Amino acid sequence: MTALKETAPAPAEGPAAKAPVRPGDRRSEGMVLNVFSHGFLALWALLIVLPLLWLVISSFKTDAQIGGSAFGWPHSWSFDVFHRAWNKGIGDYFLNTVIVLVFSVPLTMLFGSMAAYVLARYQFWGNRLLYYFFVAGAMFPVFLALVPLFFMVKRLDMLNTYQGLILVYIAYSMPFTVFFMHAFFRTLPTAVFEAAVLDGASHTRTFFQVMLPMARPGLISVGIFNTLGQWNQFILPTVLMQPQSGSDPERYVLTQGLIQLQQQQGYASDLPVLFAGVTIAMIPMLVVYLSFQRQVQAGLTSATLK
Amino acid sequence: MRKGQYRFVAGFLFVPVALYLIFVIWPYIQTFGYSLTDWKGQSQTFSFVGLDNYKALFQDDVFLEAIWHNILFLIFIPVITILLALFFAFMLNAGGRSRAGGVQGVAGSKFYKIVYFFPQVLSLAILAVLFNAVYRSDGGGLLNGALIKVGLVDAGNPVEWLNEPNVVLWALMVAVIWQGVGFYLVLFSAAMQSIPKDIYEAALIDGASRNQSFFRITLPLLWDTVQTAWVYLGIVAMDMFVLVSSMTQSMGAYGGGPDHHSDVMATVMMRNFLYYGKSGYACAMGVVMLLLTLILSVVTLRATRRERIEF
Repeated sequence: MTALKETAPAPAEGPAAKAPVRPGDRRSEGMVLNVFSHGFLALWALLIVLPLLWLVISSFKTDAQIGGSAFGWPHSWSFDVFHRAWNKGIGDYFLNTVIVLVFSVPLTMLFGSMAAYVLARYQFWGNRLLYYFFVAGAMFPVFLALVPLFFMVKRLDMLNTYQGLILVYIAYSMPFTVFFMHAFFRTLPTAVFEAAVLDGASHTRTFFQVMLPMARPGLISVGIFNTLGQWNQFILPTVLMQPQSGSDPERYVLTQGLIQLQQQQGYASDLPVLFAGVTIAMIPMLVVYLSFQRQVQAGLTSATLK
Repeated sequence: MRKGQYRFVAGFLFVPVALYLIFVIWPYIQTFGYSLTDWKGQSQTFSFVGLDNYKALFQDDVFLEAIWHNILFLIFIPVITILLALFFAFMLNAGGRSRAGGVQGVAGSKFYKIVYFFPQVLSLAILAVLFNAVYRSDGGGLLNGALIKVGLVDAGNPVEWLNEPNVVLWALMVAVIWQGVGFYLVLFSAAMQSIPKDIYEAALIDGASRNQSFFRITLPLLWDTVQTAWVYLGIVAMDMFVLVSSMTQSMGAYGGGPDHHSDVMATVMMRNFLYYGKSGYACAMGVVMLLLTLILSVVTLRATRRERIEF
């Protein structure tokens, strides 16, 4: 406990300092503070929920109604606008994103785990170096790489293609995936590994049938993290997924598409379509989040802390 | 070492390393080289111009102003987000006190944690559309609409949140903070929960008030986490590309308006690269962004360094 004294007391203008505290009268302190704190907590919860709910409700309104007043209920609750949004491009953008992620997330997990496993459990020359080489990528801003990356993908003739974006997503997810799975594979017991080897399993087989299943909790955390990260990615597709000529198909992903739709609908005066598009884009995230709420929080937290 | 082990290791590493080299490391390295050229990006012909791009950068008022905006973000986004998150985290984890005198979170803390965190899983694109609607410059915007209702804003003359030179940066910051607080709250909660309860209880017996237990126990023991949060929020503040490019008036392309009052390094860089086609110049900006990010990390870690507390 002596260590505590060595830290200087923090400045007094912290947020908690606002709390009315009467030392010595503990019960009333608790009461006042509870009302006070509950008030603040509820207020912030409202500040989170209300704008989102307002946006969803607004998608049922007409354009004139949206421009008129922020408050007021839609005249009718017709789901027609969601059809319209889907057909106006959201459907395609959604599909493009899904196509990319169906390949990029599993492959990220596979390649990331393979590299992490070998680096964590085998000794060979250059092991540490390679590990730091992988982890170092997380430290640099992606903007540093954008210009050469664009021309690299162009030279490979993969601009505005799914496979180009998939490969780039995998590569840019590598630092965190290797970092996290490396820590995970290190903690797995050696005994199981040795038993598998004694039973005559090959290295590859040991990895796929013994080690990978044992690393499942880690895989789930990293998987969620990568799914969220790649689903929400904006800057990489902005640079790489532009139609290169008039005849090129539009392969925008959802995030790009929403911004595109926003720019279009601003002129076309069809904001309900934009809001419906956002609602459609939000639903999968809400579902994933609510069903894996603990893992999402744990995954994102460990992504930052480790 | 068993036979075939090297082949196995090499086989497992080949694809990941190759992808990583081609798409991440090699472009990172190339940027430094390109930043010394006058490359326009259209053809493979370019000539070496030495540090000309860097010299031009320091005379580019738009870029210099953009750096200044990033610095403002760098100061305010982390401070406000961390203070709010710490406050909420403390409320949720130690705000309530049971009748037995123990320390615990207020009722409903689980619910709050779920709700607060949700914006974090929304993409920045959704955030941009949402806040564009909130900041509408007529009565149809949530903010203006509410302010008109309570009579703070004249209905005939609402605030143009995203078009006022002095307001636009703050409007963007509010959006980022709105999204981020929940995440850092959960981060701090996790750290707070690992603090042994008996420390609090001992302090309680010694007559510590809630303030004292926060500033004398919680904050010092959380310092490492606060530091990490600061670095991560710093990275957010250095970026800001999505929100600026999609929420503010376009200065040609990629936002930055009105009159460059919201431009950040990332938007200026993208505009030079994809709109003006000045690839070499954009690379120089990328290098400056890297240097500033590295300086930021080192300064933060140094400035916030304290005695590490073991418990």
